Amino acid sequence: MLQSNTFSRKTKAGRIKKEVREIYLRDDIYCGASACKTCLASTCRAPLDASSPLLILDTNVLLHQIDLLENPAIDNVVLLSVVLDEVKNKNMAHYNRIRALSTNPLRKFYVFSNQFHKETFVKRMDGETPNDYNDRAIRVATRWYQTHLGAATPVLLITNDRDNKRRASEEGISADTIQSYVKSLGQPELLDLLVHPAPESEDVTMEQIEDLRPSKKQVVYQEHKPMSEITLGLHRGIYHQGKLRVNRYNPFEAYVGSESIGDEIIIYGRQNMNRAFDGDIVAVELLPQDQWHEEKNLSIADEEDEEEDDVHLAPSSADDAPRTTNLVSGSATETNSTPSRHSGRIVGIIKRNWHSYCGSLEPMAMPAGTGSFTSALFVSKDRRIPKIRIQTRQLENLLDKRIIVAVDSWDRQSRYPSGHYVRVIGEIGDRDTESEVVLIENDINSRPFSAQVLACLPALPWSVSSEDVTNSIRLDLRSLCVFSVDPPGCKDIDDALHCTALPNGNYEVGVHIADVTNFVHPGTPLDDEASQRGTSVYLVERRIDMLPKPLTEDICSLRADVERLSFSVIWEMTPEAEIISTRFTKSVIKSCAALSYVEAQARMDDSRLMDPLTTDLRNMNALAKIMRQRRIDRGALTLASAEVKFQIDTETHDPLDIGMYQIREANQMVEEFMLAANVSVAKQIRDCFPSCSLLRRHPTPTREMLEPLLRTAAAVGLDLDVSSSKALADSLDRAVNILQRDDPYFNKLIRILATRCMTQAVYFCSGDLSPPEYHHYGLAAPLYTHFTSPIRRYADVIVHRLLAASLGIDKLPSVFQDRTQLTSIADNLNYRHRNAQMASRASVELHTIIYFRKRPTDTEARIVKIRSNGFIVFVPKYGIEGPVYLTTRGEKGSGEWYVDEQQQKIVKMDNSLSYSVLQTVRIHMEVVGPQPNRPKLQLTLIF
Amino acid sequence: MEYVSPEGLRLDGRRPMEMRQLRAEIGTVAKADGSAVFEMGNTKVIAAVYGPREVQNRSQQISDQALVRCEYSMANFSTGDRLRKPKGDRRSTEISLVIRQTMEACILTHLMPRSQIDIFVQVLQADGGTRSACINAATLALADAGIPMRDIVTSCSAGYLNSAPLLDLNYIEDSAGGPDVTVAILPKLDKVTLLQMDAKLPVDIFENVMGLAIEGCKAVSNYIKEVLLGNTKQLEYRRGL
Ligand SMILES: [Zn+2]
Repeated sequence: MLQSNTFSRKTKAGRIKKEVREIYLRDDIYCGASACKTCLASTCRAPLDASSPLLILDTNVLLHQIDLLENPAIDNVVLLSVVLDEVKNKNMAHYNRIRALSTNPLRKFYVFSNQFHKETFVKRMDGETPNDYNDRAIRVATRWYQTHLGAATPVLLITNDRDNKRRASEEGISADTIQSYVKSLGQPELLDLLVHPAPESEDVTMEQIEDLRPSKKQVVYQEHKPMSEITLGLHRGIYHQGKLRVNRYNPFEAYVGSESIGDEIIIYGRQNMNRAFDGDIVAVELLPQDQWHEEKNLSIADEEDEEEDDVHLAPSSADDAPRTTNLVSGSATETNSTPSRHSGRIVGIIKRNWHSYCGSLEPMAMPAGTGSFTSALFVSKDRRIPKIRIQTRQLENLLDKRIIVAVDSWDRQSRYPSGHYVRVIGEIGDRDTESEVVLIENDINSRPFSAQVLACLPALPWSVSSEDVTNSIRLDLRSLCVFSVDPPGCKDIDDALHCTALPNGNYEVGVHIADVTNFVHPGTPLDDEASQRGTSVYLVERRIDMLPKPLTEDICSLRADVERLSFSVIWEMTPEAEIISTRFTKSVIKSCAALSYVEAQARMDDSRLMDPLTTDLRNMNALAKIMRQRRIDRGALTLASAEVKFQIDTETHDPLDIGMYQIREANQMVEEFMLAANVSVAKQIRDCFPSCSLLRRHPTPTREMLEPLLRTAAAVGLDLDVSSSKALADSLDRAVNILQRDDPYFNKLIRILATRCMTQAVYFCSGDLSPPEYHHYGLAAPLYTHFTSPIRRYADVIVHRLLAASLGIDKLPSVFQDRTQLTSIADNLNYRHRNAQMASRASVELHTIIYFRKRPTDTEARIVKIRSNGFIVFVPKYGIEGPVYLTTRGEKGSGEWYVDEQQQKIVKMDNSLSYSVLQTVRIHMEVVGPQPNRPKLQLTLIF
Repeated sequence: MEYVSPEGLRLDGRRPMEMRQLRAEIGTVAKADGSAVFEMGNTKVIAAVYGPREVQNRSQQISDQALVRCEYSMANFSTGDRLRKPKGDRRSTEISLVIRQTMEACILTHLMPRSQIDIFVQVLQADGGTRSACINAATLALADAGIPMRDIVTSCSAGYLNSAPLLDLNYIEDSAGGPDVTVAILPKLDKVTLLQMDAKLPVDIFENVMGLAIEGCKAVSNYIKEVLLGNTKQLEYRRGL
């Protein structure tokens, strides 16, 4: 049956246009009830249970009560397509969660395409608002279900729209609000999951909750401008649109990257942030220029609940580090310079980025009388998120737990947003709970792989078949002496090497990478899952794999003495490490040794050993040294970061020892060949697919980013040239000689400080940027990509496919034709990569606290930043960084100490004592618990 | 953008392998020797055929076969934009050529030497798949004019969106920017006479999409045969046979 839908639409140019669209109405859409005799569709999934009541949900319920719907107590639900469409338009994240419910075989959620069903199609009436139209369509569909299934199956419409509920009752449909439905279920714990509608909305409010703080009903925030005004303002250039990024280390400072200004706008203080969350798309109004500075000082004094700095892991790049504005720079020295940074305030929120957050409740006294709703403040672990007020009936149960809370609303009268409890993770301070928190906070999927994913794996036990060996695309390299060098205990070995001396005096050097794409095919559930995960995540005590374990540890892992499939890069090199030829091929190898770095190093160092493997290792090492030197001459930076290594108790999983990760020559040798392989592959794929290659770039740091380094260097009389990576590399090398102190660690410290000024390298699609922007600053390479770790990085999987296609082995998957999709894959990889690193760091921080809980320690530390009430120290031995206070908190800058900005020094008023940047101090480290269950590491100075 | 819902329905309620509703009417322009209106959903095309007749421009006359000319145009009101497009823009010229070549391939031109056949097609309402609708309309009009043909030509398009082959794209699906394969076949001879695509597709997917388009062509040809048969029956009836 044909129907046409006529409606008017406003075009981009602002004209009104009539649109006519056909709608084909069908009689083959089934009700989805298992016992239905009318729709005899045995093939179609019929999840609904016709013997118990059916629920039909209105849009407002889907939009607001998603956490409740995910609870198994709510089941047997019909999702109407008209409702889903509306949800999709309003909140994509919720839409995806609802869709996941509808495909979950354990849940009885059925999508009914009511708009295309012959009997439930509703024609739009003249002058009807979209909302009324949807409500009517919902009622028509509900009535249809009622008559279709007969009296045996009660059908209940759940809506919180007062008008819709009234009309439904008038039409003889049973309708209820979600609140009274949940109450009727008789499970009080479900009530915590309910979202309480904002008071100003038209929806039915929950009667039994009265406002607990009636006296505080004054206006705290400025009103958000209506959408029409924002659009107009953006159009006229009065407002600026952008995504709000809150400073991770100072939640009262946020940035909005604005295209219309071409610069970041700084937002100081919660007042100016006006209820916006990190990640929200906001409209900003610039403040008058004379207020640009005042705001900065205000922002810190203004807030009563300013938090202290915690001891944390030393940052390894600019992405981890606090932004450049520190407390000192706000003082007198800068006022004479012209204010260069725009500051503004938020006038409206265009798109919310609310999701759920991990954290705990603020400690509070138990109110008298249990079982009633109590209001509590939730503090997120993510410091960028403001405290959230929730209502709960189970306060005593939640106080010492890590919980997840979702945000619902934030009105002008409340200081804090209000939200609702979602679920408990576990006890605060418990290692497993805290690890779980780390994973959730960083959006890391640690669930076991689904059955569909596991179905994509080859049958076990797997071994190289004769077809693999005889396959014309594969080179049989089983006779070569191939070996791998990895950290001890490494099970996911994705690279192996070989080095053969050729008769002409040259060397044949091969890098063999696990042939993951032989098992992971595009478009399979396995590939989709890996693409979503993006990378394996390494926590101190566990690893979350990107690919299922059989692939990671067995089938793909290039273990010793078994035949494995690989993708090889083979060079012919002169003894001077000049590459004469490069060859790429799929291959079969049989590794003859899986060495650890220590073993490899020991072999090379032991002059008595003359076996072929050791000779190959020495030859390779010699080549690697030349390659490394050449790379450094070209301007590659040898940067440093403070990586720590834990020794973990196998029984309790508690850390036993902690120390700096030692880098040996063998590490550098492997790294050098991996870099070379990546560079060779990058060239090959970029030449073959100039517009759809996945490459990796490292942006050149701006002078502004290097400013903190320069200021520190200047304070100790060191002159760094940052005009190019080459110049910086040279001056970093010289940094040892200038300072004639007996200080072997000084150079490393400067390098660490340099590293943390730079941002990290990122993946990108070659079609999105111009060739000069491909540059990798840190490696001083014009082209770079990731090829060598396909077991644990999805980027490498993509690069493997590109390389195979460039050799004509496989055809290019269709993703590569779609540039926007490729870009979104690259964005996801960057996001996952970043989160994986943050999770690793958080995991190390967690274990550091566990380690020091029982071991108060005195150690040496270096001052890296001066503050008005103390300084920040870096503890090289443990790789951590944290504040040391010279004055007690609260009397900040009270006159006992003053800061010498020029020399980066903090001096006692009577000049008896001073501390300057990079100076060595002795500190005492101890875990203290100012609040129960919230241990923190405290650093104090030993005089 | 989701063009096929997880329930397997397209934006207009069709399933991926379903065609829009077809409608045809023969003899709509009384003055022409043959004419037809052909509709595929909201796409509506009128075709008129003149000939075979004397060649107007003697220099174009071909001694051993008929000269086939084709003029394609879009009515100014066809898209609802009321845009005044100049006649003979590049797109129109290209489509004219495509239609002419497709029709020429099935007309038995050698039977009508030194004559001329004019095909005029105009899009009255555009909603995707105009090329196919034009070819189908032209086939009907040629048959109506009684011009000798090897076989009828029928055409249909198919696309590939959200990793699913879709038959007979409408305007919204067409403007999604995905690949769009237009195929015309001679159904009785089982030959492809037109194949157009302006995007890249891996070969295996392409074969699927093209196969689907060919199925569409066959469905169109069944419909066209029915229409022609019905028309002939009516003529018979009018003659009192
Ligand atoms: Zn039914």
